[in-house]
Amino acid sequence: MFWKYGLFCSIFAGSIWGAFWQIIFTMMGILTFGIPLELDVNQMLIIGLVSGIFYINFQKTISMKIHLTAIVSMTLLVYVFNFGKPYQINESLNNINIFILIFLTSAITWISINFSLNKISIGKLSRYDLENFYIKLMWGLGLIIFILITLVPFYIMIMTSLKNQQSLILNPLDFSLNINSDFKTLFNSYIELFTDFNFHLFLINSFFVSCVTVFITLFFSIPGAYALARLRFPSKKLFSSSVILIYLIPSIVLVIPLYAIFSQIGLRNSLLALIIVYPATTIPVALYMLRGYFSSLSSEIDDAALMDGLSRVQIIFKIAIPLSKPAIVSVGLYVFMIAWNEFLIAFMFLDDPSIFTLSRGIMSLNSSEVPQQHLMAGAVIATIPVMIIFLYLEKFLISGLSTGGVKE
Amino acid sequence: MFNKFKKNESKLHQKERKLAFFLLLPTIFIVLSIVIFPLLANFWISFKPISLGDLRPPKLIIKENFRAKLINKDKTAEIHYRYRNSSAKYDLNNVIFNDTIPKGFTIKKIEPNDTCEIKDKNLTCNLEKVPAKSSGKIILKITTNDYWKKYKDNPKNTKPTTSYQSKNILTSFEFTFDNFKKVFSATEFVQVLKVSIYYTIFGTAGALLVGLFAAQILQKSFKGRTFVRGLLLFPYISPVIAVAFSWVILFDPFSGVVNSMLIQMNVIDKPINFFGQKYTDISIFGYIFKFPLALSMVIAFEIWRYFPLSFLFILARMQSLPEDVFDAAEIDGASPFQQFYYISLPFLIGIISILFLLRFIWTFNKFDDIFLLTGGNAGTRTFTVNVYEQAFAISNLGAGAAVAVVIFTFLLVFSLVFIKYSKKDAF
Repeated sequence: MFWKYGLFCSIFAGSIWGAFWQIIFTMMGILTFGIPLELDVNQMLIIGLVSGIFYINFQKTISMKIHLTAIVSMTLLVYVFNFGKPYQINESLNNINIFILIFLTSAITWISINFSLNKISIGKLSRYDLENFYIKLMWGLGLIIFILITLVPFYIMIMTSLKNQQSLILNPLDFSLNINSDFKTLFNSYIELFTDFNFHLFLINSFFVSCVTVFITLFFSIPGAYALARLRFPSKKLFSSSVILIYLIPSIVLVIPLYAIFSQIGLRNSLLALIIVYPATTIPVALYMLRGYFSSLSSEIDDAALMDGLSRVQIIFKIAIPLSKPAIVSVGLYVFMIAWNEFLIAFMFLDDPSIFTLSRGIMSLNSSEVPQQHLMAGAVIATIPVMIIFLYLEKFLISGLSTGGVKE
Repeated sequence: MFNKFKKNESKLHQKERKLAFFLLLPTIFIVLSIVIFPLLANFWISFKPISLGDLRPPKLIIKENFRAKLINKDKTAEIHYRYRNSSAKYDLNNVIFNDTIPKGFTIKKIEPNDTCEIKDKNLTCNLEKVPAKSSGKIILKITTNDYWKKYKDNPKNTKPTTSYQSKNILTSFEFTFDNFKKVFSATEFVQVLKVSIYYTIFGTAGALLVGLFAAQILQKSFKGRTFVRGLLLFPYISPVIAVAFSWVILFDPFSGVVNSMLIQMNVIDKPINFFGQKYTDISIFGYIFKFPLALSMVIAFEIWRYFPLSFLFILARMQSLPEDVFDAAEIDGASPFQQFYYISLPFLIGIISILFLLRFIWTFNKFDDIFLLTGGNAGTRTFTVNVYEQAFAISNLGAGAAVAVVIFTFLLVFSLVFIKYSKKDAF
């Protein structure tokens, strides 16, 4: 079969990488330079194909010089293909940018080809080598696609928040930043959010509600988790599994009765309502995560402390809490994130703009009267604290999440 | 000796039991009052003819007016009480209001008669019943001496106090099946059910498959792996409102990057309203079929936002797989695909099935994402969005609660399946 030969692999990998990077770099070029570029997949596909064949023939004698020659000739080929005017651009001003773009496309394509075809011989391949080739190709493509699709919405979010309305309407694709513009014009949306839209209040409210939620949650879940992890009592198993079931119940099922009851007792439009409801959703999560951590601690310390005459309550305060400080901090931050990100209850309960949380506040920006970049600036403001916390506790979160402490 | 020991131990057990109960009590209390009680209340509401407006309890609104001419030979004045029932639906019963008449006033006449009594400057009016929407007026004709002028003692300084009873729709025993009839009848129910099922199945399966793929990629160690792993979790940990709106703006038909880019690259001629268009025609080999565009976009968002979770779980499980199994397979000449199919997959199938059930439940219950992306329009209305639509958009709380009951019933079934299967695999 022809597709079992290294030569076919080189053609396949070369053309795929060429076309792939051409698409990606054209899009990047459009977004960063703010000029319309025409996408031509075929030229780079052919150039990649040729480079693939070239690489597989000369890979044994490859040197820095050959690498450079290959990249430069790929770049030149693009110019030759387009009669010196790649992307059909006439403006001489942008020529250096265009050259850099084409050069980068060629270089990355070449590097990708190197990576995919490394140690692939030109003749017939064994099943092992063949599968390895396809897996490597898929791995590389997959990795880049994953990174791109994850980042694009965030990129758009940040860049939109830094633009002004006029330039957005003029050219929605222009995400080039004017480096010469001063701080005030660049961060105009943010400044307006804080001066005209009460975002400082929303930040304070969100922060207040989240912190109180963390405090209440930890206050009740630490002793509870300790009891579940260490103490023997009847129907303990039932209790543990009902904790899981409780957090399968969605807030949309609870929101109508809560809305009705809180309206009747006049609590609805207040931050107190959120402070009452949020811990009820976070305590089961915290209980579950902390129970896992407490069980992983050796119970011998507790037994020794009991022998020495400490009571269980003393053990919680003098042994369990100090020993699990990092876990408690992380669970606390995780609860903070849940409360910070919460949307439904805040949206339903809060009417008064002075007590809006960030989620509710951003929702109020979602109208045709408020420009897009304000909405995106609000989104950035809400995301940044979560990102900071995440970077701080990434390691724990990953181990904590993957051992079962999962909550929307 | 042995008996004594046993006795001691049982005493210790008892003590532990008490302590455990005491430590868990606040949690039990909070969960009962904020989760279980509302859950039961939701059933209650679902059988009631109740709208959003009924939540505001009917009130007696009273306005007091004092009319007197400053230079008045007869020294007469009038106090007017205007009252009104704020509710358009419910009567007020046993309505009584009290007010204090300051010193120096003598009441000559009360209109209408028989409603009010005065004792020691205390006015007590018994209005008995104020029907819905109705209003009325009580006029006191009074004479004054100069006392009130000297001290500027205005009758309005004391606010009238009222007491009355009204039917509270929440606690009354008025029931109806109309909510369920409304929810189950009409073609809408089938439509909502279909959308919910599509959304749940494709969202769950998609997020799982993408997560599995991502885990395979991150399984291989390379430079910057920890960084990429953290990066891929961004969609999951960010506030839903932030990422949903950035998707909306990204796919905006007028100023969205995706549409402009596609037009720029000559893929499409005119912008596509990704989140607003129910169907788009796609022709494959001459067959034109209707592709549910908005629903697919919402599912794509669901996959994008939740694949990190499956990815994380699967990766964690894969990393607990002993390395030497793969080494042995390598020596035996197993190809990479064979290694994946015969070693990794059987090892992962437990976690994958648990994840599927768990995510299935959560996706079914998902509200925020769809609500923020499409508002439930363009053929994306799932049960959860329907709760909001019925209860808050159409203001029929009862119907909303009925939809929530339907959701809860589904949830119960899913949970039973979940419990049955999760026992096999320690989660």
